[in-house]
Amino acid sequence: MISVKELTKRYAHNTAVDHISFEVAKGQIVGFLGPNGAGKTTTMRILTCFMPPSGGEATVAGFDVLEQSLEVRKRIGYLPETPPIYPEMETSEYLKFVGKLKGLRGADLQKRVDYVCERCAIVDVKSKLLGKLSKGYRQRVGLAQAIIHNPDVLILDEPTAGLDPKQINETRDLIKDLAGEHTIILSTHILPEVEQTCEQVIIINKGKLVATDSVRNLQARARGAESVLVEVGSRNGSLQVPVVEQKLQQVAGVSGVVCKEQVDSRAMFEVESQKGRLVRGDLARAVVESGWDLNELRPAAMSLEEIFLQLTGSESGEVEKPATAETAASKELPQ
Amino acid sequence: MRNVWTICRKELGSYFTSPIAYILLLMFGVIFGFMFWNALGEFIVAGMEMQMRGQPTPMNLNEWIISPLLHNVAVIGLFFIPLITMRLFAEEKRTGTIELLATSPIRDIEIIIGKWLAAIGLYSCLLLFTAVNFGFLFKYGNPDWKPLAIGYLGLLLEAAGLLAIGTFISTLTKNQIVAAAATFGICLLLLVFGWVSAYDTSTWASVLSYLSLSTHMESFAKGVLDSKDAVFYVTVIFFGLFFTARSMESLRWRS
Repeated sequence: MISVKELTKRYAHNTAVDHISFEVAKGQIVGFLGPNGAGKTTTMRILTCFMPPSGGEATVAGFDVLEQSLEVRKRIGYLPETPPIYPEMETSEYLKFVGKLKGLRGADLQKRVDYVCERCAIVDVKSKLLGKLSKGYRQRVGLAQAIIHNPDVLILDEPTAGLDPKQINETRDLIKDLAGEHTIILSTHILPEVEQTCEQVIIINKGKLVATDSVRNLQARARGAESVLVEVGSRNGSLQVPVVEQKLQQVAGVSGVVCKEQVDSRAMFEVESQKGRLVRGDLARAVVESGWDLNELRPAAMSLEEIFLQLTGSESGEVEKPATAETAASKELPQ
Repeated sequence: MRNVWTICRKELGSYFTSPIAYILLLMFGVIFGFMFWNALGEFIVAGMEMQMRGQPTPMNLNEWIISPLLHNVAVIGLFFIPLITMRLFAEEKRTGTIELLATSPIRDIEIIIGKWLAAIGLYSCLLLFTAVNFGFLFKYGNPDWKPLAIGYLGLLLEAAGLLAIGTFISTLTKNQIVAAAATFGICLLLLVFGWVSAYDTSTWASVLSYLSLSTHMESFAKGVLDSKDAVFYVTVIFFGLFFTARSMESLRWRS
């Protein structure tokens, strides 16, 4: 649905987007992730035909953003960072205006206005001035205007920024709900949001593509093998770490055991297993049968946050090299 | 075309849901009403003087009242035009709604013309006030309506030119006050350019005088339709809108 190749945007003094390439399939929700100033908004603005790229190409539904911009704009719904509302207009008046801009007329227009009001739960503020609405309602009106012409592609720039936790949840649910009908790109710097809403993640940093993959793959990739955290306790006060380690090591499928920390008679072990082996049940049995307490047993999946920091953090020096071919699209510019 | 109308209606709506339209109408109505009352007073006094001197020459309402007043409207219009155009693009840029317009499936030129037409619409509402006053002349006197119509045409053309310049300036900034001040400066400059012709007859002076909007208003105010002047205003409109379109394009590249 969306295809971006070597997209570049240069300003007088800096390069906001630097040879980015990615593809988004129809019906997907894609999270566009990056720290502030990474080039998320710029990329979105290029996709929505607000600004032309300095290099590379981008197509939406097969239309080029530069050459066939009007066709692209017909198929895109866009919610900028601040909802583009006119404070002096009433909600329904505003939605009608936007609908007309997008080419809807007559009975069709009225039907869509009613529909999006219903969908975005703004029926009760239909005849209120937009300037008087709360931030949450404004955001929803912003979403309503983005979907009014039933676009193939929805581009949402930080749709949950500045909302309270309840509103964030409602907005997320709404976005997930919309995913069936539309291809969605949403940008954010809040990581749990991506974990909760998106199937696919595109991480960019300083204008360059760092990684593009599904959330699950990213987590797996950052870890390599599966690992489990096991906390073992002892009732009689003393716990001999090497003994426990040895015991855990003997469980079938375990490839490595490391003691992470020890406090009094409790110790936390990180157990790595070979790929595809489920060892949690055996680990639990081994601990209990040896007479220890099993305090905790959980998969040590890396949160997206850690992956993100690992991928974008340049100071740490141990930045993981992107594995897929797509991600290696960064080229150094002579400066 | 439908898109132009959509934008134009929305802009007119914005003018009339905010206080700006009413303040302008009120101010203009009071100022013009005063000028009308003043001109009428002068006319009556002059008429009486002539009668006392025993030389009752027929006095022409067009010549005594309508023509000078139309000229005055052209001048005070300068003060109102920046206030009409300042918000057109500057406000959209400040609040970010320009992103909505610029990502909708409509052409830039449709946005520009829609906004410009709305500005002309508001200016026309101001002119309606003058029509009410002139209406009294028709009720109690017998002025010729054709010069008046031509005068209005001239006013509209002049305003359309200045409004196009104002629209252009509004695309250059996010700040409405900056837009208004710059537009006002340029309007005023175009007015005073005409003064040089009073003492200077060099080529430069004639160029400046040609650029002046007031010189082209003179014949219109007298009720003379000169195609030369009409062409001048149409040229100003064309360049105003052309530069607005270019400016919007560069807005896309820069922002």
